[in-house]
Amino acid sequence: MTEWARVLLPLPVVLPLFAAGLTLALARRPRAQRTISVTALSVVVVAAVTMLVMTDHGSGTYSVDVGGWPAKLGIPLVADRLSTLMLVVSSVVTLAVLLYSLAQGVADGEEGTPVSIYHPTYLVLSAGVSNAFLSGDLFNLYVGFEILLAASYILLTLGGTKARVRAGTTYVVVSLLSSMVFLTAIALIYMATGTVNMAELSLRLRDVDPDVQLVLHLLLLVGFGIKAAVFPLSAWLPDSYPTAPAPVTAVFAGLLTKVGVYAIIRTETLLFPGGQASQLLLWVALATMVVGILGAVAQSDVKRLLSFTLVSHIGYMVFGVALGTAGGLSGAVFYVAHHITVQTTLFLVTGLIERYAGSTSLDALGSLAKRTPLLAVLFFVPAMNLAGIPPFSGFLGKLGLLQAGVDVGTWQAYVLVAGGVVTSLLTLYAIAKVWNRAFWQEPQTEPSGEVGGLATATRVGTRTPLGMVVPTAALVVVGVGITVIAGPLFGISDRAAQDLLDRTPYTSTVLHDRVPEVGE
Amino acid sequence: MSPNVTLIVVSGVLVACGVALLLERTLTRVLVGVVLLGNGINILFLVASGRPGLAPILGKATAETMSDPLPQAMVLTAIVITLGMVAFVLALAYRSWQIDGHDEVQDDVEDRRIVRRAELDETSASYDDDTRETSEEEGTSP
Repeated sequence: MTEWARVLLPLPVVLPLFAAGLTLALARRPRAQRTISVTALSVVVVAAVTMLVMTDHGSGTYSVDVGGWPAKLGIPLVADRLSTLMLVVSSVVTLAVLLYSLAQGVADGEEGTPVSIYHPTYLVLSAGVSNAFLSGDLFNLYVGFEILLAASYILLTLGGTKARVRAGTTYVVVSLLSSMVFLTAIALIYMATGTVNMAELSLRLRDVDPDVQLVLHLLLLVGFGIKAAVFPLSAWLPDSYPTAPAPVTAVFAGLLTKVGVYAIIRTETLLFPGGQASQLLLWVALATMVVGILGAVAQSDVKRLLSFTLVSHIGYMVFGVALGTAGGLSGAVFYVAHHITVQTTLFLVTGLIERYAGSTSLDALGSLAKRTPLLAVLFFVPAMNLAGIPPFSGFLGKLGLLQAGVDVGTWQAYVLVAGGVVTSLLTLYAIAKVWNRAFWQEPQTEPSGEVGGLATATRVGTRTPLGMVVPTAALVVVGVGITVIAGPLFGISDRAAQDLLDRTPYTSTVLHDRVPEVGE
Repeated sequence: MSPNVTLIVVSGVLVACGVALLLERTLTRVLVGVVLLGNGINILFLVASGRPGLAPILGKATAETMSDPLPQAMVLTAIVITLGMVAFVLALAYRSWQIDGHDEVQDDVEDRRIVRRAELDETSASYDDDTRETSEEEGTSP
C-alpha cells in the first residue's frame, strides 16, 4: 500500500505541471494540446478516486516525503480522507470545465487562432489546487496557493480587455495582500516554533504562549479568509468574478474559494483545536451567510447574483468548522463537496444562457423556458439543489449542519441555525427571482440604456454547441448523484471529521511514529 | 536567543511603507508597495532564522556554528514568487495605461451605478413607486 502511495500521491501535482510544460512546447498545435490536457486531467481523476478508496478503506492517512527528505526537514505530501475527497470533487469539476471550455473554443472559431497560453495555465491551476490539498507543510501550502493564484490572474485577465483588466486589478491586489499576510504568518510561526511542518506544529504550538498563539491564529485566518471570501473580506469577489468568461468563473467559483475553506478547516482542526477564535468564527459565519444572500437578492444580473450566493454559502462551511464538533465538521466537509459541484454547474449554465440570449441581465432575459426547455431543466435542477429543496444534497448538507448546531445547543449555535434557515429561504427567493424573470415571464422592454449586463460571450444566438451542453449535463447528473450516494458520502465525511478531531492519525503518519520508513 | 533589533526595525519600516503605498489608487504605487511589503516580510524570515553563523555547508562548518538554512530556502522561494507577481502587476499596469491612459484602480461598474442612482435620488429598478414597496413578481403586474 505504501509503495502505491509513493507513486500516486505526487501524481495530481506533478502530472499537470509536466503536461503544462508539454502543452506550452506544443503551443502551435491546438489539437495536441487538447489531447494532452484532457488525458492528464483524466489520469488525475482516476488517481484521486483510487486515493480516496485507499485512504477510506486503508489506514486513513498516507504520506510521502518528497525527495526522500525526512518529514521534519523536507516537504511531505499527505493524503487523508478530507484531502482526497476534496481532490476527487475538484478534479472531476476541473475536467468537466475543461471539456466545456474546449467546446466553446471550437464553437467560437478559435481553431485558427488559438490562445496558446490557455492550456498550460489551466493545467498549472489544477496542479496548484492539488498541491494545496495535499501539502503537509505550511510553506508548501503557500507555494500551492501562489501557483493557483498566478494561474488564476492570467485566466481572469486573458485577452486584456478593459473590463477584465479592471476586474483583474482588484482581484490581483487583494490576492497579493492575502498572500503577504499568509507569508508573515509563516515567518512568525517559524520564529515561535522552529518548524513549518503541520504535523510537527500541531505538537509544538501547544507550548507556545496563548497570546502569541492567538496572533498566529488570527493572521492565518485573515489570510485564508480573504481567499475563501468570508464576509468582511469578501468584497472583492462579486467585483472580479462576473467579468471573466463563463468556464473561468465556473472553475474559480467552484475551486478557489474552497481551497481557502480547506485551509481554514486544516488550521482549525490540526493547528489550533479549540482555539480562542472559534467564537469569532461563529459570528463571521453568520455575517457571511446573511450579508451574502442579502447582496444576492438585490442583484439584477445572474452572474453577480450567483457570485453573491457563493459568498453566502461559504458561511455554511465556516459555520460547520466553527462548531468544532464531529457533526459540524462532517457537515462542512459534505457541504464543500456538494457546493463545488453545484456552484460550478450553475456558472456553466449561466454561460450557456449568455451564449443563447446574449446577456445575463435579468432585465434583458425572458421566457427562456419556452424558448429553450433544455437550458431551463439544466438550470432548474442545480438551482433547486443550491436552495436546498428536500430530495437534493443541498438539503441534506444543510440539514446535517443545522442538526450539528442544535446538538451543540448554546444560544450562539441556535442563532446560527436560525441564520442558516433564513439564508436557505432567501437563496430560494433569489433563485425564484431568476427563474421568474429569466425563464418564465415575457422579456420586459428595456427601461434604460444601462441594461447591457456583463456579457462576455463572443458569439450570440448561434445554436448551443453539444460539446458545451454535455459536460454541463454531466455535472448536473453528478450533482444529483451526490444525493443518491449521500449515505456513503456522509460516511466518508463522518470518518474524515473523526480523523480531523483525533489528529493522531495525521501527525503519526507524517512523522513516521507508527509506520516505519520503507525501503530506505 | 535575543532577536536582532535592527532587522526587526527595518522590516517594520518596510512593511509600514508597503501598506501605506498599497492603499494608493494608482497601480504603479501599489506595485512599489508590494515590493516593499515583500522585502519587509523576507527580512522577517531572516529574523526567524536566529543567530547569524557560518554558511550551512557540510564540511565547512559544524552544526553548532552554522546558521539555520531553512528560512533562507523559504526566503529564496518567496523572492522568486514575489518577482513573478511583480512582473505580472507591471504588465497589468502597462495594459491599464494602454487602455485608459492612466493606471488608476477603477470602481466597479455596479458600484458606480449605485452611486449615480444615489446622487440622482433614484430608486432601484425593482422598486414600485405606486405601491411603495419592492415588487419582485413583475409577472403579476402588467
